[in-house]
Order: sequence, then structure tokens, then C-alpha cells
Amino acid sequence: MSTCPQHIVDYMHEYLDGDITREHEQQLKKHLQDCSTCTQHMHELSNTVAFVKSAAHITAPPHFEREVMKRLPKRKNSVGIQNWFRRHPIIVAAAVFLLFMSASLVGSYQNNEFSVTKQPNLLVEGQTVIVPEGEVVKGDIVVRNGDLIIEGKVEGNVTVINGQYMASSAVVTGEIEEIDEMFEWLWYELKTIGNNFVGLFQ
Amino acid sequence: MDALVNKRIKQVLKGDQNAFSDIVSLYQHKLYQICYRMLGNKHEAEDIAQEAFVRAYINLHSFDQKRKFSTWLYRIATNLCIDRIRKKKPDYYLDAEIAGTEGLDMYSQLSSNDQLPDDVVEQMELQDRIQYEISRLPDKYRSVIVLKYIEELSLQEISEILDMPLGTVKTRIHRGREALRKQLNNL
Repeated sequence: MSTCPQHIVDYMHEYLDGDITREHEQQLKKHLQDCSTCTQHMHELSNTVAFVKSAAHITAPPHFEREVMKRLPKRKNSVGIQNWFRRHPIIVAAAVFLLFMSASLVGSYQNNEFSVTKQPNLLVEGQTVIVPEGEVVKGDIVVRNGDLIIEGKVEGNVTVINGQYMASSAVVTGEIEEIDEMFEWLWYELKTIGNNFVGLFQ
Repeated sequence: MDALVNKRIKQVLKGDQNAFSDIVSLYQHKLYQICYRMLGNKHEAEDIAQEAFVRAYINLHSFDQKRKFSTWLYRIATNLCIDRIRKKKPDYYLDAEIAGTEGLDMYSQLSSNDQLPDDVVEQMELQDRIQYEISRLPDKYRSVIVLKYIEELSLQEISEILDMPLGTVKTRIHRGREALRKQLNNL
């Protein structure tokens, strides 16, 4: 064996791997015919391979699949929620719509700027709006973040948001509303949108 | 089979956990067999094979569906086996013996109905011996020998599973065969 070149053993392994070239195979065969030590080596290697290959086929225990499924991390019911969404598209759409609506309304509520409906002959002093005595305002008045004092006459609705309405001898032909709470205000906004919407068809 | 597997993978990725059971059922025996031959102990093999499926499930999103699923799965399993072997290296031979007796129990359960008792004993001894010899191999040779001769995978596939160049796989198989040959001659 010590006299044989190392590449002969390499050829044996190439042969066993099934990727030996034709020249190498011929050299190997030629060498094996003359060398009993290498023939013995080749024989032992083939037996080794046959020995390992005779290993019995092993199968997983019967409960294996169930055990794996038990060990999987739980998926927070995402399938259930998805299915619910799929089954109730209108509710989902309505919920999304309301969410955006209220978000934009609340957003505008937090805007604390003073504002008043533009009408001629209204007197504005700081954050107080005055309808002077003897004057007649034709149309609605909306005051945001400010007070309203009416000493004259208003031919229309009066709305005060986040402020006080003061009237001594006032004459208001329409409705008078004072809004302080967020939800009341929301309700008012929705009503306005609703009225405008209905108005479109009239 | 690959088309079915990819379909199931897509279902799992969409959140359908039950679709994963088909994947487990397809690969459980092969995966368990690799683990058993690598570790030589059926309790450990079961634990590691289950763990491999759980890891595959958790990391399924990172699997490239253009590639072969089995290669990816076997890679997870062999890595887990090699980690386990390295952790318990000192009691290597002791384990191989335990493995032998366990293999014996299992084998006798499997084939008790259609073989003569003497043949069963003879066969069992051979099977014990095979597992014993595989267990005695250093782990870097053991993994290639198991994948090549027990799972009968191609050298190319083995190189992908073990993430090493084809040349390294060949060298390890050559050395593994030589090591086994010497083990068998000594006894």
C-alpha cells in the first residue's frame, strides 16, 4: 500500500462518488489488476458503503405531526379577524368612514381661533361680537371661541361655539344654540353636513 | 410535490396555520430519520425534528420559493443536530450505546409480525451495529455520510444543505468512508 501512489485511493473515492473520468477509471482498473493491497482497500470501501446503505428505514412516531402542530406559536387569531372583515364589508367601510370623519372634525375642533360669520353691521371688540342696538342682521350668525352680545335684532339662527351668548332685549327670529362640549359640537357639525346634504336635493 | 408544497407555504404565509400540517406530514419521516441517525437517540431525534419544523414555520417568510423546500428544511435540521451534538460531546460513546438499545426496541416493534425471531435478532444486531458505527464518526463526517447514504441525496444538494463548497463535501465523504472502513476493520 505504501508503494502505491495516493491518487489511486482518490480515484477509488471518485469511483464511489460516481464522478470518475474515463482516464482515471482506466488507470484505477489497471492498477487494481496488479495490486492486491489496493484491491483489498477498494473491496473494504465498497463493503463500508453497502453496510451503511443497509440501514433500516426509520419513520417518525405516529403522534409526531400533532406534536409539531401543538408546538407552533399561536397566531393571535388573525385569520378570524380577516374572515370577519371579509364577511362584513359594509360595516368595515362605515367604520372607516366614521373614523376619518370624526378625526377631521375633532381636528378642526381643537383649532382655537376666534371666528365669526361675516355680516354687515356686526361690531367686533376683541373676542366679543356685538349686534348694536337698533341694527337688524339679516342672516345666521356663528361665533367660534368668542362671546356674542345681541342688543339689536337678528333675522336668522344664532350659534355660539365655546363662548357665551348674552342677550338682554334681543330679538332673534331663528334658533339659538350654545355649544361647549365636544360631542355637542360634533353633533352640530354632523347636523350641518346633513342639512347641507339634504339641501342639495331640494 | 414542489407545486403542492409551495401552495401550502403560501397558505401558511396568509395565516392559515393548519396548512402547515400537510408540510409536516410530507417531510416528517425524512427529517426524523436524519435527526435519529445524527443523534442516535429517538427522544432527542423527536425533539430536534419537531424543533426544526417549528423553526421552519417561524422563518417561513424568509424561504425563497424558487428553491427546493426540502433543502432548506434539512439545513435547519442538520444545524440543530450539529448544535446538539456539540453541546453534549463528552458523553458521546455512552449515548451511542443507549441509542443502540433504543433502536432495538423500536425495530422489534416495527417488524414483530412478519419475521422469524432468529432473523429479527440477527437483523436487529446489524441495525444496532450500523447506528453504533455512524455515532462513532466525528460529526463533520457523520452529517455527510447520513445525507449521502441514508437520505441518498446528491453531492450538490448536500453542499447546499450544509452550506459548504462541493469540494469540501467530497473530501468529507472520502474521509468519512475511510474512517468507517477503519472502524469496521477494527472490530
